[in-house]
Amino acid sequence: MSMPFYVSPEQVMRDKADYARTGIARGRSVVVMQYRDGIAFVAENPSRALHKISEIYDRIGFAAVGKYNEFESLRVAGVRLADLRGYSYDRRDVTVRSLANAYAQTLGTIFTETPKPYEVEIVVAEAGTTTETDQIYRLSFDGSVADEHGFVAMGGQSDVVQEILTQRWRSSMDLNETLALAVDALSAASATTANADEEPDVLLAPAGLETAVLDRTRTRRLFRRLSVAEVTELLAESDGA
Amino acid sequence: MTASRTPDSHRGPTGLANAYTSATSSSFADFLNSIGHDREAPTHAAGQLSGQAGLQIPHGTTIVALTYADGVVMAGDRRATMGNVIAQRDIEKVFPADDFSLVGIAGAAGIAVELVRLFCVELEHYEKIEGTALTLDGKANRLSGLLRNNLGLAMQGLAVVPLFGGFDADEQRGRIFSYDVTGGRYEEREHHAVGSGSSFARGSLKKLYRSGMSAEQAVLAAIEALYDAADDDSATGGPDMSRRIYPVIGVVDQRGVSMWDDEATGALVEAVVNARMSAPDGPVAPLTPSPGE
Repeated sequence: MSMPFYVSPEQVMRDKADYARTGIARGRSVVVMQYRDGIAFVAENPSRALHKISEIYDRIGFAAVGKYNEFESLRVAGVRLADLRGYSYDRRDVTVRSLANAYAQTLGTIFTETPKPYEVEIVVAEAGTTTETDQIYRLSFDGSVADEHGFVAMGGQSDVVQEILTQRWRSSMDLNETLALAVDALSAASATTANADEEPDVLLAPAGLETAVLDRTRTRRLFRRLSVAEVTELLAESDGA
Repeated sequence: MTASRTPDSHRGPTGLANAYTSATSSSFADFLNSIGHDREAPTHAAGQLSGQAGLQIPHGTTIVALTYADGVVMAGDRRATMGNVIAQRDIEKVFPADDFSLVGIAGAAGIAVELVRLFCVELEHYEKIEGTALTLDGKANRLSGLLRNNLGLAMQGLAVVPLFGGFDADEQRGRIFSYDVTGGRYEEREHHAVGSGSSFARGSLKKLYRSGMSAEQAVLAAIEALYDAADDDSATGGPDMSRRIYPVIGVVDQRGVSMWDDEATGALVEAVVNARMSAPDGPVAPLTPSPGE
């Protein structure tokens, strides 16, 4: 049997963080963006059944990148927490802030107390009554929380996506403009990862995207998935404009 | 039905406990049980109530449902009674359970409303966790299960009896389910009614029902049936014209549930009430057998 070596806590944390970051960067990207009538979620995800984006509650949506089984268990926990609070108190008492806190505590505990950290990054977003009251929280594998405004890109080549969004995102864009921008940004990231030698300006097809919105013009449950046909139509509109 | 614990009291200091992340069940009610959230009223308290429970707590009364060409219509009167006292004039007892089903409920009002609330969360919870809605039969069975949990209270006099109707996407038609207090589930053909005035409403519906009615005709039949129930059952409220309190009407077809607003319901109720001014017992069914119909 070999002697256990002393490893400093700093080194342990650094190793865990590197491990988680590598896992997250391996996947494909997801973007969450505010637009005039709500919040749009777009993921490069060819699967129709294994979702990266989902509904948590009336005004709250969830997006994740990384290891599926890990973010899926977090998603289910979020739905349970939200439904329990809404059932015990009132539907309006379910807030994204308390959900983000619960996720932060959970992820933080897992990161410090277990040998293997979760390889996930998640966003929880709540559509307010106006763009100004929208809330977007980004949670990292170590439990840190960032309060974001405008847009978030995560997973895969998120720095490429982030750069494009920083240049071109404007507040009060329409849904079709927002989707077109999301497709441009995700396509650029996808091109750098998968097929660097192919033409970089080929856009991702709507069939390879998972798209949903929190649409504040709806009543009660604002979350709605957009079908491939709807996305195609919206993108065509933005081309024409 | 009171939650003695707050939603956060079973959460450890380390975030979402195992009960939240376990992959065992898509049921919200099961989840509540797993975290020890007690929904049922203490049975000893119910025992003390039960002697005169009928007199001391509000009871909701009559609900009718019938199928029509495109789906199901469900309607409920607005009265809750506490013995001989009218506890509430404008109670609502018909609710959209989700986008494609309606639930109406008669019996001890407090427990009934709570059961509906839990049922609605249950359906939405399943839909969010699984990413797809339950089938209509699945929803009907789930309501059965929730109802059976209330059996202890039902035995002590706090019974609730729901009526469930919805659009079955697989069979492309509206279907109605009735229940007994033990959770027994029975599919009804064409029409059904529950609650104190249900026998009168059922008699009325039997004569008014035609297969292949339009939504408006079916709503009209439901209003007539509730009128007949109110005519003979003191616990069922008739249309309150002076206060503009009309039955709650829900309609579900393949596009989903819609609840009628007061304006639409009011117009039909007014027509029914006016017709009853000259014919107090309502429309007359033909006496001669007509095999052609």
